[in-house]
Amino acid sequence: MKPRTQWDIVCNVSDLVPDSGIAVWTRNGPVGLFYLPDRLPALFAIGHFDPCSGADVLARGITGDVKGEPVVASPIYKQHFSLLTGQCLEDEDIRVPVFRALVDGEQVRLEIPVANRSEEAA
Amino acid sequence: MSKKTLIVIGNGMVGHHFLEQFADTPAAAEYQVIVFGEEPLLAYDRVHLSEYFGGSTHSDLALGTLDWYSEKAIDLHLDEQVTGIDRALKQVTTLQGNYPYDELVLATGSYPFVPPIEGNDQPHCLVYRTLADLDAIKASAEGVKSGVVVGGGLLGLEAANALKQLGLEAQVVEFAPRLMPVQLDADGGAVLKRKIMELGVQVHTEKATTAIVPGEEARLRMNFSDDSHLETDLIVFSAGIRPQDTLGRSAELEIGERGGIVVDNRCATSDPHIHAIGECALWEQRIFGLVAPGYTMARTLAACLNDDPEAAFTGADMSTKLKLLGVDVGSIGDAHGQTEGARNIRFNDEAAGHYSRMVISADGKKLLGAILVGDNGPYDTLLQYALNEIELPEHPETLILPESEGGAPALGPDALPNTAAICSCHNVSKGDICGVIDAGCGDLAGVKAETKASTGCGGCAALLKSVVENELEKRGVEVSKDLCEHFPYSRQELFHLVKVNGIRTFNTLIKSHGKGRGCEICKPTVASILATCWNEHILATDHVPLQDTNDTFMANMQKNGTYSIVPRIPGGEVTPDKLIVLGQVAKEYNLYTKITGGQRVDLFGATLSELPEIWEKLIAAGFETGHAYGKSLRTVKSCVGNTWCRYGVQDSVAMAIFLEDRYKGLRSPHKIKMAVSGCTRECAEAQSKDIGVIATENGWNLYVCGNGGMRPRHADLFATDLSDQELISAIDRVLMFYVRTGDRLQRTSVWMENLEGGLDYLKQVVLEDSLGIGQELEDHMEGLVGTYQCEWKTAVEDPEKRKRFREFVNDERKDPVQQWTEERGQRRPVTEPA
Repeated sequence: MKPRTQWDIVCNVSDLVPDSGIAVWTRNGPVGLFYLPDRLPALFAIGHFDPCSGADVLARGITGDVKGEPVVASPIYKQHFSLLTGQCLEDEDIRVPVFRALVDGEQVRLEIPVANRSEEAA
Repeated sequence: MSKKTLIVIGNGMVGHHFLEQFADTPAAAEYQVIVFGEEPLLAYDRVHLSEYFGGSTHSDLALGTLDWYSEKAIDLHLDEQVTGIDRALKQVTTLQGNYPYDELVLATGSYPFVPPIEGNDQPHCLVYRTLADLDAIKASAEGVKSGVVVGGGLLGLEAANALKQLGLEAQVVEFAPRLMPVQLDADGGAVLKRKIMELGVQVHTEKATTAIVPGEEARLRMNFSDDSHLETDLIVFSAGIRPQDTLGRSAELEIGERGGIVVDNRCATSDPHIHAIGECALWEQRIFGLVAPGYTMARTLAACLNDDPEAAFTGADMSTKLKLLGVDVGSIGDAHGQTEGARNIRFNDEAAGHYSRMVISADGKKLLGAILVGDNGPYDTLLQYALNEIELPEHPETLILPESEGGAPALGPDALPNTAAICSCHNVSKGDICGVIDAGCGDLAGVKAETKASTGCGGCAALLKSVVENELEKRGVEVSKDLCEHFPYSRQELFHLVKVNGIRTFNTLIKSHGKGRGCEICKPTVASILATCWNEHILATDHVPLQDTNDTFMANMQKNGTYSIVPRIPGGEVTPDKLIVLGQVAKEYNLYTKITGGQRVDLFGATLSELPEIWEKLIAAGFETGHAYGKSLRTVKSCVGNTWCRYGVQDSVAMAIFLEDRYKGLRSPHKIKMAVSGCTRECAEAQSKDIGVIATENGWNLYVCGNGGMRPRHADLFATDLSDQELISAIDRVLMFYVRTGDRLQRTSVWMENLEGGLDYLKQVVLEDSLGIGQELEDHMEGLVGTYQCEWKTAVEDPEKRKRFREFVNDERKDPVQQWTEERGQRRPVTEPA
């Protein structure tokens, strides 16, 4: 069965920083939101938690592309994570969660699974 | 057809090497191989035996694995001693049974020679050969103070090192008048003796032990023929080796007069189906007590069993390079000058404890042999001259003299012929290396894997590297200078593109001169170039996404995602009031506080959202950003100078503060460190900095391009007795020239070394203005100085910029993954995340 999800408002469009990331808190924990205005779609969301360092930092990495694939480089040990799939390019066993994101007027919504960590959203 | 049986007796270094060489040859398919090892352990590296006391285990020293043996279907019988060979029945007998053979290989090695001294068989009289021997030495050394090694040869000194590693007071007793009599001459032996005595190991030469009796103060007492004596708790005999030829003797193989199983050029004994290799074999009346000749025999035999008609053992080079008790010792070829007409060049630096001797042919053209004590630096070069009979340079003495200005004529890899042996353990020649490179091997690791070169004793590592690099270079394999996949340019080239085309943003540059969207390598590099050229605020909208997190948030990210803060303290001078503010802020935000090496204070553990609040308080107290996060000027360290110090000749603190204020914020290819010392005592350690200034009676001496860190380098003296103004303009020019032409992450030292012409060229450009750009460089620096802004001041005053410092843009909670503990009264992160 597909987990139930919900499109939560997480921030304003004006909070986004072009070609860079910001972190938002969701009912599913911290998520990094990346805005790459040159691309379509331009908005990407992956987990903010960097499994390689154990710190919430991925939104603070430098964005770019590796052979055309949009990525962010962890600011701690510089591993690349695909913004499309969450896959760590240096270690095929490591992957961070990916979320769908959309712009709704002046606001940004993220599709968040409802079941997990819902008590933390309070 | 059933397989024939090949039995190998002995699982030491040479026996194992034979199996490695034989296992993959065509003949291996015809034989079932059975191996008997007397020791319970798989073959291990006896050359590095003393490392066992330095923490190495059997598995560190092991040469192969049980898996390898089973993979090659070799039937390995460890801990099974062979007791006899029946040549008529062609079978060997062990305590466990009889095993028929078709071909038999004896690789039984040697045993330590124990001189026939009365009392040599009592407890605590030991030998040094196997790991079991080492365990016995260790047990005997338990709780006692002193140990004596009988024998001052190569193995004896190794054993002395082992005793020293066990914490014993070690002494060496040698019968001959000098140490290592086989490899060294009298002068060399004397230098070695002195150096070893300096290391705390007593050496007694010309001592013949007559008896070992119970001691009074220690366990044992050794009586010498000159009526002197020595007390010790244990004795290790290491007075040479004897071939382990017992099985050969009882099987009535031909044995040499002084032992050793006689073999011919194809390693066959007097019985054509029995072969002997390694230290048990006697070839032309010689026993070879080194591993390399043993390996050569092993290879020869493997080839002979494959019916290679050319295979032959023709003797071996007995040159050795060792580090004994930390002292370099090298001996090459005819070290004692026994060749007729041989001439000698000797160099004996008693003060430094270096002795070198070259033995040269009568015509002065060829190197026949050499002895080195104290410094093996010239060994590789000398060995190549000797082995390959390369004609010596006009002044051969330069090969062993200490390196002089202009450099000794080192033998480049190009001068070596293809037959030159690079790795003698695995018999890899320069030609073999060229072969695997031509077959597609593209790096050092590949060459090592393919040829095994440098995986034996490792002595040839440096030579191998230079040969491989030279060959790769000749084949046009070069390291790409491209910055990354997005820009086919070096940092210097990008700098020129930015400057010449007046490019002010990353996007313009990548669209016009690059491809894709950039990455974590090119973005910060371009940001640094843009900062040098135009000096706009690093958090200006266009520059934000270019910066490493440290630059973006103007603090140093630590492993748990929090940041550290280093306010600028120019010259290390700080008022008590400002120091109190640092303490108050640290206390309020519970920041771990540490003094840095650059005379500043580092405050750790600030969260992203705390950074602007903390800086607001620091700025109010008069602090500025310290750029500890940037590739830019860090600190200018200073001593207290002539305002306080009795010896100071200039005001080093004032100069340091002036320099730090002038160059703060300058973005560069890598970090820049400076220091100013007030006199020649150099308390500020200026000679370890990129820019070092040392006061003189008449002004300032300028040193450039030093650094500490991974590869420390002393700065070079650049100019002397400069006035304040001359000093500033010289530093302006050096720094700006570096910032413009340095490559990404290149410190000044590497930059300068890579400039064609090096230091002299830099002097011409800066001091003589050979390029005519001196004024331009100074003007550029002046412009940057004029547009300096404290990035933190600008940031905290701008609400838009402050928005970047939110942990989560939609929530004020603190990051929940950060976990803390307390240590020595301060907070620190939990090292393992929960």
